[in-house]
Amino acid sequence: MESESIYDRPPGMRQRFSRALENPTVLGLLFVAPAELLLLVFLAYPFVLGIWLGFTDTIVGRQGHYIGWQNYIDLVNDTQFWLTAFNTFFYTVIAVILKAVLGIGLAVVLNRDFKAKGLVRAIVLLPWIIPTALSALCFWWLYDATFSGISWALVRLGIIDHYINFLGDPWNARWSLIAANVWRGVPFFTIGLLAGLQTISPDLYEAADIDGAGSWKKFRRITLPLLTPLLTVVTVFSTIWTFADFQLVWIITKGGPAGATHIFGTLSYERAMQGGHFGMGAAISNFMLPVLVICVLIAFMFLKKED
Amino acid sequence: MKKERQDMTRRDFIKTTGTGLAGAAVLASPFGPLAGRAFAEVAPPKLALEKNPVVKVLRWSVFIGTDKEYWEKNCRKWEKVTGGKVINEYISWEDVRPKAAMSAAVGGGPDIVLGWHDDPWLYPDKLLDVTDICTYLGKKYGGWEDVCVRYGSKDGKWIAVPMGGPGQEIVYRKSWLNEAGYDEFPKTNEEFIKCCKKLKEKGHPVGFALGHAVGDGNNWAHSWLWSWGAKTVNKDGSVAINSPETRNAMEGMKEIYSAMIPGCASWLDAHNNKAFLANQISVTNNGISIYYAAKKKFPDIAKDTYHSNFPIGPVGHPAELHLFNQAFIFKYSQVPNAAKHFLMFMLEKDQCAPWINAMEGYVTPGLKAYRKLPIWTADPKNTPYRDCIKNMLWNGYEGPIGPASAEVMAEYVVVDMFANYCARNVSMDKAIAQAEKAIARAYKK
Repeated sequence: MESESIYDRPPGMRQRFSRALENPTVLGLLFVAPAELLLLVFLAYPFVLGIWLGFTDTIVGRQGHYIGWQNYIDLVNDTQFWLTAFNTFFYTVIAVILKAVLGIGLAVVLNRDFKAKGLVRAIVLLPWIIPTALSALCFWWLYDATFSGISWALVRLGIIDHYINFLGDPWNARWSLIAANVWRGVPFFTIGLLAGLQTISPDLYEAADIDGAGSWKKFRRITLPLLTPLLTVVTVFSTIWTFADFQLVWIITKGGPAGATHIFGTLSYERAMQGGHFGMGAAISNFMLPVLVICVLIAFMFLKKED
Repeated sequence: MKKERQDMTRRDFIKTTGTGLAGAAVLASPFGPLAGRAFAEVAPPKLALEKNPVVKVLRWSVFIGTDKEYWEKNCRKWEKVTGGKVINEYISWEDVRPKAAMSAAVGGGPDIVLGWHDDPWLYPDKLLDVTDICTYLGKKYGGWEDVCVRYGSKDGKWIAVPMGGPGQEIVYRKSWLNEAGYDEFPKTNEEFIKCCKKLKEKGHPVGFALGHAVGDGNNWAHSWLWSWGAKTVNKDGSVAINSPETRNAMEGMKEIYSAMIPGCASWLDAHNNKAFLANQISVTNNGISIYYAAKKKFPDIAKDTYHSNFPIGPVGHPAELHLFNQAFIFKYSQVPNAAKHFLMFMLEKDQCAPWINAMEGYVTPGLKAYRKLPIWTADPKNTPYRDCIKNMLWNGYEGPIGPASAEVMAEYVVVDMFANYCARNVSMDKAIAQAEKAIARAYKK
């Protein structure tokens, strides 16, 4: 009778498991499983739920029913929604452009050698590290129709003779919100680009000096091309945050006057959380998705290129 | 053993005598005309309390300090009487609705919520029937004001206990009013408009929130609309905003807007308080908090500050909107009887009267007997606030209360209609059409 070799025996559970672990794909999947699980529970589930809610008539305290595209049809026929869409794009485009321009300028200045360089760099970062709610409250006061510090100073200087109606006029209110957003967002550009500037070899500038290039030419031919990948990533991130903003607008105007400064985030909150219509609120939020997905794809593409 | 016997005695006592009367060994609190009145003729409902009940209460952060002080004092009294415990969670008044909604959705959280306006109507099926305690309180304290019945009961069943409302009235500077040629505050819309214009001419503009001010903006805009006989919807919920009455209200508002200080279209709830106390405006609508703050910090302004009920419009009777607070108990509560007992106890004279008196008129209760509390006449300036709830209509008047009325208010449809016409130069037709569309969208669901 031949004795059965262990190699002839079908592999047991334990062996099968050991072999599977030798497979790099399986092992890799196991390693990322905890992170995947977290993402699934805390990101994917709410994300999918949000999309689903947009197709329901869910209101607070009541189970919703599937209503197809009705919420979206209602929104398309809602003038407040179109005004909100316009506001959101206007707010994002203008604020991001201003932040990028000012951010590059400040980064170039701060990249030079001067006394107390470190201190100034730290100060520049302040608007970014102050809680948004707090800075929004400061701006709320600065823009106050009766107590505005800005108006007070301008009146005292004899530049204007009456207080500026910062938040009572729709266009004034939009520009005021953009100014607050720019103030808060510039440091992100500045510090990000400053880090990029410091990786550019000084040899390139020396060579350009020898060739007789001026400051503008050096900026256009050396600085800007080398900064472009980083600038793109920083811009994309800033676009995402600005587009999905909520706190600044909610604290300063609550979407007023007469809905003239609502952006997607605030309108969604107003209808879902205050009005109790979760379905409609989710549908408004879902309108942000395409733009945010495009931004994420651009960022992903550039980050991959950088790798 | 001894402790257990004591508990039993206390419990038995509560079962037979009900409510807070148990804890109401005679206190030295001044009840004014209420003192000595025999309220105990009505038998309280018998509520068998759960053992060692812990009642979790979610309520709005206090507007004035004495509210919390006396509320907490009364909670401790209830604990002594019942052997239970009350845990109060105070959050910003605007955040109560979303948090309560979350509790309704997940079936967990506080036992009692002190919510606003339409909140109980958003999830009536999830709320405990409180008909027994509301009927008892109503019978004992002279009945509920009409608006309380409208807000608190659904299909003949009470779903919430009206706690009253931080009312809003006209707050004005007497000396400036006199300067404009008036001895007393105008009683009609027509005179009110004229008065505002005269005040502006004298360099004392008025100020009413037309921004997204949850309380001041909504209360002012709805009261003004209703006073002209206009309304958002009819009894059956059909849209009624496009009417000659609404147009009259819009014209009237535009005239007042011309007498307002610049920036009112952006005003949130805090703006008018600050502008009034900074001598920037002569008239506004507000709770008694302006006067309360002035007494503490600006005695000269306080001396010159007076209150009046909203002027009466062509509709011929008071038609006001105020913040309205009601307490409701979720069915998921593990201590339903204790929660009911707690609310009943808090509205009994021995607890409610000192609480209301201590708030110096900030909250007007919904039980008619409390109109006689000394606080309403101790300072004549408080008196207009006594009638807030009596003069009040419900949000979404004259239609049904529910998610639609809540949505219309949450979206500032009426406020924005006025603001569009007055501050954004949108034509009257377009402003009304926009409001009409938004109201129709809300009510068709």
